[in-house]
Amino acid sequence: MTTVAATTIKARQRPGDRIFSSATLIAGSLILAVLAAVAIFLLVESLPAFVADPAEFSGDTTNFWSYVGPLIFGTIYAAILALIMAVPVAIGIALFISHFAPRRLAQGLGYLIDLLAAVPSVVFGLWGIGVLAPLVQPFYTNLVDWFGWFAPFAGPVSGTGRTIFTVAIVLAVMILPIITAICREIFLQTPLLHEEAALALGATRWEMIRMAVLPFGLPGIISASMLGLGRALGETMAVAMVLSPSREVIFQLLTSQNSNTIASNIALNFPEANGVGVNILLATGLMLFVVTLIVNMLARAIINSRKAFSGAN
Amino acid sequence: MSKRIEVNDLNVYYSNFLAVEGVSIVIEPRTVTAFIGPSGCGKSTFIRTLNRMHEVIPGARVEGEVLIDGNNLYGPGVDPVLVRRQVGMVFQRPNPFPTMSIQDNVLAGLKLNNRRMSKTDADDLTEKALRGANLWNEVKDRLARPGSGLSGGQQQRLCIARAIAVEPDVILMDEPCSALDPISTLAIEDLIEEMKSEYTIVIVTHNMQQASRVSDRTAFFNIAGTGKPGKLIEYDDTTTIFSNPSVQATEDYVSGRFG
Repeated sequence: MTTVAATTIKARQRPGDRIFSSATLIAGSLILAVLAAVAIFLLVESLPAFVADPAEFSGDTTNFWSYVGPLIFGTIYAAILALIMAVPVAIGIALFISHFAPRRLAQGLGYLIDLLAAVPSVVFGLWGIGVLAPLVQPFYTNLVDWFGWFAPFAGPVSGTGRTIFTVAIVLAVMILPIITAICREIFLQTPLLHEEAALALGATRWEMIRMAVLPFGLPGIISASMLGLGRALGETMAVAMVLSPSREVIFQLLTSQNSNTIASNIALNFPEANGVGVNILLATGLMLFVVTLIVNMLARAIINSRKAFSGAN
Repeated sequence: MSKRIEVNDLNVYYSNFLAVEGVSIVIEPRTVTAFIGPSGCGKSTFIRTLNRMHEVIPGARVEGEVLIDGNNLYGPGVDPVLVRRQVGMVFQRPNPFPTMSIQDNVLAGLKLNNRRMSKTDADDLTEKALRGANLWNEVKDRLARPGSGLSGGQQQRLCIARAIAVEPDVILMDEPCSALDPISTLAIEDLIEEMKSEYTIVIVTHNMQQASRVSDRTAFFNIAGTGKPGKLIEYDDTTTIFSNPSVQATEDYVSGRFG
């Protein structure tokens, strides 16, 4: 037998295909380029902050890490609290819309939720100061009186109600629409086949949701939560308006002393910053960037570890 | 285990549309009964009324009665959830839960009934159900793997294992082989033959050869035209239906003149 020269068969290139694939390539590269540009800008501008003179830092901090530490803590603390409040409610609303409500009501409710997403964060900030804080203050007093022995609820209670807990509630309301909207879409996509399989086994409605809808939607719920968390981590206005910040790590939720968040700290201090001060603020921004990145990578890792059971195959 | 089904003058509706009209039929225990008929004649709709899965569709309802060993499924105060635990169902397309392992799929129905199960009990029940579905030898080494990784025929037998794990009185099969290849179909048909000794089995099929191979009794459904309700035309021993039916439409259908 003679060996046949291996010739690779080329598929015919159609102009439409080429234009389309180039367009997607450009779009894909563009997002990478923008991300790289932001990352490089942050890195370069941050460098001076890491070697800054101790005198450049306000307050009693002497180096960058002790400056940014409480801010990172405050950012994550407020965002996680918001997530804990928002996710169960969002899942509840999404399930109601997708599986319980009559169709017409579900549609109206869906629009209403989307409308909530369109409210600017300044308005949420004003609402936090003007309505929410005075409203919840008496509850805070009670919480501190009754559950003061539990560290996060320890006193002295804030007289204004403008605490990190109030911030977390405002953030929860802000991230609720995005999480709800995505969860609703995911839940609606549960294959009817699997819902019927559960019902035919004698599952009640709730058992069917636990057997078929929630496990199927889990990757989507995690993705939705991460989007919400991203927004909560980066939220500036609402936090800056509601919170009266201090520069420490404070676990107490209801006192007038509260850790600030990175974004809000930048917004509050940027107008007066100059020289290395600007670099320090940008370096805190870099830290926020890093935190968000880590959180997203963790979420991806969680989703990927359950890939075989995702229902995608 | 095995129970008698008696249907008296059943009308099945989708909202105001009458889909199946006036069905009366008696299905004896430990038999295989096949429902045949052209597309849209209401045989799938009718089989879903036997475990109250029909009413899952919004607006769907039923008039008449379905008695299982004398108890009316549609009587006042009857919980459809409990009905479905007695009357298992296997669907047209294999539908194991993709988020569960093979073992969890088998135990899914059992876990609804009693939450606490010891590990050994769970393993025993899994093996029993999978052996009952002729699947044990193929999956015993990968019980913790996802059920969606199996072939179509294996997935369908996994669904049968899931249905028989709760030890129902009746098993309904809605075209269980229509998405499967001939070899897998043969495996399911053999399985139906074996299961007959323990369960009352009702099977909807498009395939007349299949009906003649697996069933003892055959019911022929037909519609007069689109928009008209489906009706039970003839119900008799399978051999009679296929060799010497008493209604002309049945003979036309089984001899391949329409459908």
